[in-house]
Amino acid sequence: MTAFILRRLLQSLGVLIAVALIAFLMFRFVGDPVNQMVGIDTPQAEVERLRQELGLNDPVLVQIARFIANAARFEFGISYQFRLPVTQLLAERAPATLELALVSAIFSLAVGIPMGVYTALRRDSALAKAFQAVSLVGVSLPTFLIGILLIYLFSVTLGWLPSFGRGQVVKLGNGWSTGLLTTSGLKALILPAITLGLFQMTLIMRLVRAEMLEVLRTDYIKFARARGLKTRAIHFGHALKNTLVPVITIAGLQLGSIIAFAIITETVFQWPGMGLLFLKAVQSVDIPIMAAYLMMIGFLFVVINLIVDLLYALVDPRLRATIGSA
Amino acid sequence: MKQMDKTRLPALFAATLLATTALVTWSAEAKTLRWARSQDATTLDPHSGNTGPNHVLGHNIYEPLVIRGFDGKLVGALATSWRVLPDNPSVWEFKLRPNVKFHNGNAFTADDVVFSIKRALMPAADMKSLLVSVEDVTKVDDLTVQFKTKGPNPLLVNNLTNLFIMDKEWSEANNAATPQNLKEKTENGATRNANGTGPFTLVSREPDVRTVVKKNDAYWGNAEYNHGITEIVYRPIPEAATRVAALLSGEIDYLQDVPVQDIARLQTAQGIKVEAGPENRPIFLGFNIGLPELRSSDVKGKNPLADVRVRQAINTAINRDAIQRVTMRGQSEPVGMVWSRFINGYDKAMDTWPKYDVAAAKKLLADAGYPNGFSITLHTTNDRYVNDEGIAQSVVAMLGQIGVKVTLVAHSLRVHFPGIQRGEYDFYLLGWGIPTFDSHYIFNDLYRTKTPSAGTWNGTGLSNAELDAKIDSLNSEVDTAKRNATIVDIWKWIKENDVYAPIHVQFIAGAMRSEWTIPTDVENTPKMKFLGASRS
Amino acid sequence: MSSTTAPAATSASARKGRIARILDSDIYASFRSSKVTMLAAFVVVVMMLAALLAPVLATMNPFDPAQVFLMNASLPPSWLPNGDPQFVIGTDDQGRDLYSAILYGLRVSLAVGFAGVALAATLGIGLGLIAGYFGGRVDAIIMRVADIQLTFPAILIALLVDGVVHALLKGTNREGTAFWVLALSIGLSFWVQYARTIRGSTLVERNKDYVQAARLVGLPAPVIMVRHVLPNVIGPVLVILTINLGLAIITEATLSFLGVGLPPTQPSLGTLINIGNQYLFSGDWWIVAFPGATLAVLVLAVNLLGDWLRDALNPKLR
Repeated sequence: MTAFILRRLLQSLGVLIAVALIAFLMFRFVGDPVNQMVGIDTPQAEVERLRQELGLNDPVLVQIARFIANAARFEFGISYQFRLPVTQLLAERAPATLELALVSAIFSLAVGIPMGVYTALRRDSALAKAFQAVSLVGVSLPTFLIGILLIYLFSVTLGWLPSFGRGQVVKLGNGWSTGLLTTSGLKALILPAITLGLFQMTLIMRLVRAEMLEVLRTDYIKFARARGLKTRAIHFGHALKNTLVPVITIAGLQLGSIIAFAIITETVFQWPGMGLLFLKAVQSVDIPIMAAYLMMIGFLFVVINLIVDLLYALVDPRLRATIGSA
Repeated sequence: MKQMDKTRLPALFAATLLATTALVTWSAEAKTLRWARSQDATTLDPHSGNTGPNHVLGHNIYEPLVIRGFDGKLVGALATSWRVLPDNPSVWEFKLRPNVKFHNGNAFTADDVVFSIKRALMPAADMKSLLVSVEDVTKVDDLTVQFKTKGPNPLLVNNLTNLFIMDKEWSEANNAATPQNLKEKTENGATRNANGTGPFTLVSREPDVRTVVKKNDAYWGNAEYNHGITEIVYRPIPEAATRVAALLSGEIDYLQDVPVQDIARLQTAQGIKVEAGPENRPIFLGFNIGLPELRSSDVKGKNPLADVRVRQAINTAINRDAIQRVTMRGQSEPVGMVWSRFINGYDKAMDTWPKYDVAAAKKLLADAGYPNGFSITLHTTNDRYVNDEGIAQSVVAMLGQIGVKVTLVAHSLRVHFPGIQRGEYDFYLLGWGIPTFDSHYIFNDLYRTKTPSAGTWNGTGLSNAELDAKIDSLNSEVDTAKRNATIVDIWKWIKENDVYAPIHVQFIAGAMRSEWTIPTDVENTPKMKFLGASRS
Repeated sequence: MSSTTAPAATSASARKGRIARILDSDIYASFRSSKVTMLAAFVVVVMMLAALLAPVLATMNPFDPAQVFLMNASLPPSWLPNGDPQFVIGTDDQGRDLYSAILYGLRVSLAVGFAGVALAATLGIGLGLIAGYFGGRVDAIIMRVADIQLTFPAILIALLVDGVVHALLKGTNREGTAFWVLALSIGLSFWVQYARTIRGSTLVERNKDYVQAARLVGLPAPVIMVRHVLPNVIGPVLVILTINLGLAIITEATLSFLGVGLPPTQPSLGTLINIGNQYLFSGDWWIVAFPGATLAVLVLAVNLLGDWLRDALNPKLR
């Protein structure tokens, strides 16, 4: 088992290095960073000098080595656009994204699970069908269009909720800024969280429904029924409990993609999080920010995957045997 | 918006407008200006980025020696008077404003000016190109400085309007003695802190999110400039639809970079008004005339664009009125040259363009030997100028009508600009702001033969020694009459050769809640201190 | 795990028989019993036909600049004041007939969707089979690559592919490459799901008797994988395929929104929505409304089909 864990750790490290490599190679091809850093009428000689100074004229291998060595220390230098250390910029933006991701995850679970349970238990009722249909609309419209429509309805037409930004934020302790403690912050959170959570909500609803339907057909539920247990007890005591394990696992795995999807939501709502920072960086060829963001997302996924793999290995002896013999 | 037919606005709007009106309960005493535009300043460091958004914020916190008002006229800021020394045309002398204090209380003196100009000349600074002619800056006394130029430079003062003066003492104490060097891993003290002499002091700065400044009660000009603003909250909103929504829903007071298609809507919205006017920035198409054979054309062995008749044909096939009316929704002024009416050298009589005439254009093409047209690729930005990609698309359709089959390639400016500078395009769209308000700035970058220090943006392959000599002579000609005669000469040559196809001067529009009146700034950098006179 | 299909189908004829049986009975019956599914199928078929026949059905070719006149720009639908009967549901900002633009856009969107999903499925199924069948180091490498893949959202991949393509083919234009860049981006971002599903089922299948038997007979690995394992693990893939088609079309639209989609001179539904989105506040609502509705209805119908297929193919739900 130790050997297995060790090997998986090594593999994860390899993945991270590969991500760094791909990230680096990609950046070689997306635009010209120097052009972003200088004014429109900077002479060519000056541009060349900057190029030299940034090491963009060094051999590619040297640039890669330097990149990976720095990445290992999570040092990505100074953002080309903001002239600020990248680590600091990301740290400042992280609370916004994490709060948004968390709230939208809670929203998608809180709405998705009950809807899933209902649609499984009352498969043929009109309401269940309506839920199914409405949830499908959630995955049938592009996120940005949903966001714009929500803004149009709730901000411009009704004037109930703000159309952009985070509202009033409060600083907590060492730099964590939260919008959860003010009314304007909470109001600002509603539309982006719904926009971001809608897709996951649909996913969870469908997953719960499918799992529920499967569990309801298993022998032990039939047995419980035969024992004369109350339907309610069977549904919520046994069926739902067994359904939730895979749902939570998937939801956990989805956390990474929520953060990735946040790029679009943050763009529409001008939410000052990491996704917006990243998209802006892509548009301005701000390589240090792109690098740091990619590495961070890579790290996040690798860690989540590692945990899931290890848990599976612990839970499922058959898989453990397969992996052990490989 | 004379040509907009309001009956076309759907009923949906009426409902929205009512709702918006009901929502906004704006008090007339509000003194906070909530200001939004498409992009943020990249840094507060006044010498680190020579771009509009940086100067917009800079002008509220820092001050240059001389400043341009909303109309583009020069006004003294930290300098009260300036002149070229009568006995030495290579020296400019500036008298400085007395009793000026920086935000931290330090006194403003000639030392700060010398420090700031030298800082702006450092390798890591981005304002150097405006100071290429400066050889040295010296202090004469506490309130007098002299700029020594490499040969006479009659226009130096025009180059100083965005060169902000920093506090020497503060900068040295706060790791800001030099502009941010990207190789350094630490933050420069001036990147998000500021200590200027300007009308507002910095309260907080979150890059790309929000910047707050408050009125500087110790400002020297408070008596003169009665802008009445106590606080400015500046927030960048890149997404156009979100930006407009924020104004409509009453979350902001003043919006720069209003999308042209939303102007009509905003003008009819209750409680909102729009100010629009021309920017000092022509938009035009560049032809690559230097190549022996175009890279993107089906014509092999020769370059159709090298034939002036082909260029004239394209010029004639472009329906500038339609672009102005439809693509720009009235928010532009067609031009016949790569210039604007704000610059020295502009001549109304020469500002003409061929009448839109498909038949004439086809004939010109046929005369040049291309009766069936040819194919070519047009490169454009999609994130730089007002409706840039829309203009290019319109041109594609118009040229399609004379048989020139254009493939459109739209890119972000980060990809487009290097392509022009490397001369990689056959046919491209570009815009040119003219900060010095002088023709030379246009000639030197767009028409002069490409060298490391001139012709940087000349992607046409144009290289004409005679023209170059004339352009260079403008650098040091002190006799204004002679200089202007040369400028006229050059424009005449340009008129005959059609190396570029000028389209229009774009308008910039600002929309605001109706209790504000913020005029259009010809450089698109509104300076809020000048609002005093015009605030309703 | 839904891979408990009978391992009896070891020969092609038996397989064919089973498919025929399913078509004859269960699936068809289930299809007939659901009106929503039938409606969805009808919508999908109509839209595909409309896309195929776009050149015949359209009143103009919106991709041909010579047919586009700027003076016709932003005309409202014909039933509104100022509408022009020539343009039934109005025109866009360049003067293209929206009805024609939607037909052609549908064509482009569906083509991108199909190409992308086909690429993803081919790549994913192939790699999943290999990983599951061989296991060990091969498996580890492929699954680690999948991990890397998941690190990059589709948007990022599109930027990457776009950048690489433009760097490699200097001077080429977006009109020529955008389609393949999008298809490739979608293919590269979606394959992991197929690979993981197939690998999971293959891991189980490969220890079963019929595979061991095939191996003993000396059949080469590719033959065993494609002819024997694949038919037994392909079931869930059909569902993913359908759902992914909807997702691919949406992804294309989103990429257009972020500026790496198809160019406005050759608009897909996504590009049309993105263009129209800029006019949502200015009053020209039709530019976004009609393409948006078309996209929503198409994806909805595809998703409904996928939903039905998922239930219909899951024997436990019957």
